[in-house]
Amino acid sequence: MDVGAAYRVPATELNVLVAALDDAGYAVWGPTIRNEAVVVDRLDDAANLPHGRRTVQAGGRYRLDATGDARVFACVHGADSWKRLLHPPKVRLWRCTRDADGALDFAGDEPAEPRPMAFFGVRGCDLAAIRRLDDVFDRAAAPDPVYEARRNGLFVVAVECAEPGGTCFCASMGTGPQVERGFDWRLTELDDADGHRFLVGAGSALGAELLAPLALAPATAADETARRRQGEGAVMGRALDTAGLGEALVARRESGYFEQVAERCLGCTNCTMVCPTCFCTTVEDTSDLAGTTAEQHRLWDSCFTLGFSYVNGGTVREGGPARYRQWLLHKLATWWDQFDACGCVGCGRCITWCPVGIDITAEAAALRAEPVP
Amino acid sequence: MARRKSLAVWKFASCDGCQLAVLDGVDELLALAGAVDIAYFLEASKAKVEGPYDLSLVEGSITTEHDARRIREVRGASERVVTIGACATAGGIQGLRNDADADDFARAVYPRPEELAYLPSSTAIGQHVLVDFEVRGCPVNPRQVREVVGAYLAGRHPQISAASVCTDCKRRGLPCVMVAHGTPCLGPVTQAGCGALCPACDRGCYGCYGPMEAPRTAALAAWWRELGVSEADIARAFRTFNADAPAFREEARRHGG
Ligand code: SF4
Ligand code: SF4
Ligand code: SF4
Ligand code: SF4
Repeated sequence: MDVGAAYRVPATELNVLVAALDDAGYAVWGPTIRNEAVVVDRLDDAANLPHGRRTVQAGGRYRLDATGDARVFACVHGADSWKRLLHPPKVRLWRCTRDADGALDFAGDEPAEPRPMAFFGVRGCDLAAIRRLDDVFDRAAAPDPVYEARRNGLFVVAVECAEPGGTCFCASMGTGPQVERGFDWRLTELDDADGHRFLVGAGSALGAELLAPLALAPATAADETARRRQGEGAVMGRALDTAGLGEALVARRESGYFEQVAERCLGCTNCTMVCPTCFCTTVEDTSDLAGTTAEQHRLWDSCFTLGFSYVNGGTVREGGPARYRQWLLHKLATWWDQFDACGCVGCGRCITWCPVGIDITAEAAALRAEPVP
Repeated sequence: MARRKSLAVWKFASCDGCQLAVLDGVDELLALAGAVDIAYFLEASKAKVEGPYDLSLVEGSITTEHDARRIREVRGASERVVTIGACATAGGIQGLRNDADADDFARAVYPRPEELAYLPSSTAIGQHVLVDFEVRGCPVNPRQVREVVGAYLAGRHPQISAASVCTDCKRRGLPCVMVAHGTPCLGPVTQAGCGALCPACDRGCYGCYGPMEAPRTAALAAWWRELGVSEADIARAFRTFNADAPAFREEARRHGG
């Protein structure tokens, strides 16, 4: 559906929206600050959102600064993404116990929280990332029950970015900073001559239904103009030329360039762990000492580990160049073949949270500039 | 029912911290005592049973001729040998002597160093006998010890990752101390196993678990330099409990350590 009529929420009243979701039975999650970084946590009160801060981001560097005002969403995301909640970093797939007579009793996967979740403050890039995860887990021939149990009934409150971070490039990827679909509510924060306020519009029938009883004042035409201007004025920290990118990178897959980037890369896995679309996992089979209980867990894995490509007798991608290539080409090229979309949504996390500041936009551009071998 | 497996725990040059870590994990110890016959474990029990043993856990490094002979006896009496801790897997903090003159250390510490009998180096158990599996850490994580014993009893491969500390750090959702605070961290080159203990306490990783599977120490050191860490401090960071692990030793040498 189209975004319904937008309403005004005074800056001091933002918690009305959080409370409405809580009343409607949702477990509300949102960004908050822990140890000087934005993380995703349970949101009991809008006061716990990161007020008055902005992120200063560069390759391998993240700091929080004061904005000098009361804005809530000037502060973009940290390393954490909603992936943590939809696709948990560690989850039990099954457990089996054996009784004294040798009879086996199987129990299924770890149950999700019984209440459906509401995500409060999903950025354009992360909204697209959830769609990418849907492609992987939900629309697959065999949908993933762990993902589905968490994804079903999800209520999404999107937020438009007024101040993209220094490593953001959602505009290049067509995922932000303004958002037009895929949410239940859309929030825009405005702070101008008309005061500090939020606009909220419904993007689904359920969203409209939950907004109706709140008796909010309708947004004005001037509010809409301010919203549009703010989006147009948002400055991206990075850019990526996506025209023909996948083909250009694949054509250079044997390039010696990968040796250069592997000189700097630590193979530490941070980029893949923070990437909101990276979905790879490993499984661990464990048993207790008494031999009466066995469990299987699924854990986030990464194509940067040697175990990732270990097949009978050895690791296929032994060298750093091969592992960096797997990451870069999967994100920007072969994801298209697999899911008919780009594996990168332009959130910039892998750039900021790479401990040595390796920049996917710079590496892709540099590889593209190399001759085809 | 099959015969219960026998377990022996041996100590070489070490601080006993790894044995104590196993004892400290009370759940782990009770589970262990219920599952195997503890034939030899002086820190835990007075019982001494003559070998052979099914499984020997070995703590400590080799620093004397006597121990170099004794580890061969242990190996000969054991079906499986699993080394536990940085001393046993990399020579430990006492491996600092390997790049120095051990006599200098002896003179600095003991009033009558001539009464000591020691080797010029402290070496990992694996440099003397065949080791079936290594459990890293200073000290070890008792859950990892339990996992290795459990895997042995069940006849399966131990589920112990050789990837970086960062893998656990990110799974836990900890803000990276290096990126968010500028604190130098050895996590990217260190093997996981502690559950990212130090980053969880706002500290950089100290490298207790030794080099990870493909340690890129030079690339990390280059970044530390950007963070303002001096050459001497870079060398020092690589010269701790796993100083004699080849990747860390070579990196320390590159920085004059
Ligand atoms: S590849 Fe990097 S910028 Fe792209 S979605 Fe993943 S973390 Fe974000
Ligand atoms: S980039 Fe690597 S970790 Fe991420 S989805 Fe692709 S293969 Fe998996
Ligand atoms: S690109 Fe950066 S984050 Fe990714 S594995 Fe290499 S060093 Fe780690
Ligand atoms: S704090 Fe250390 S261990 Fe954690 S992600 Fe950063 S570099 Fe890795």
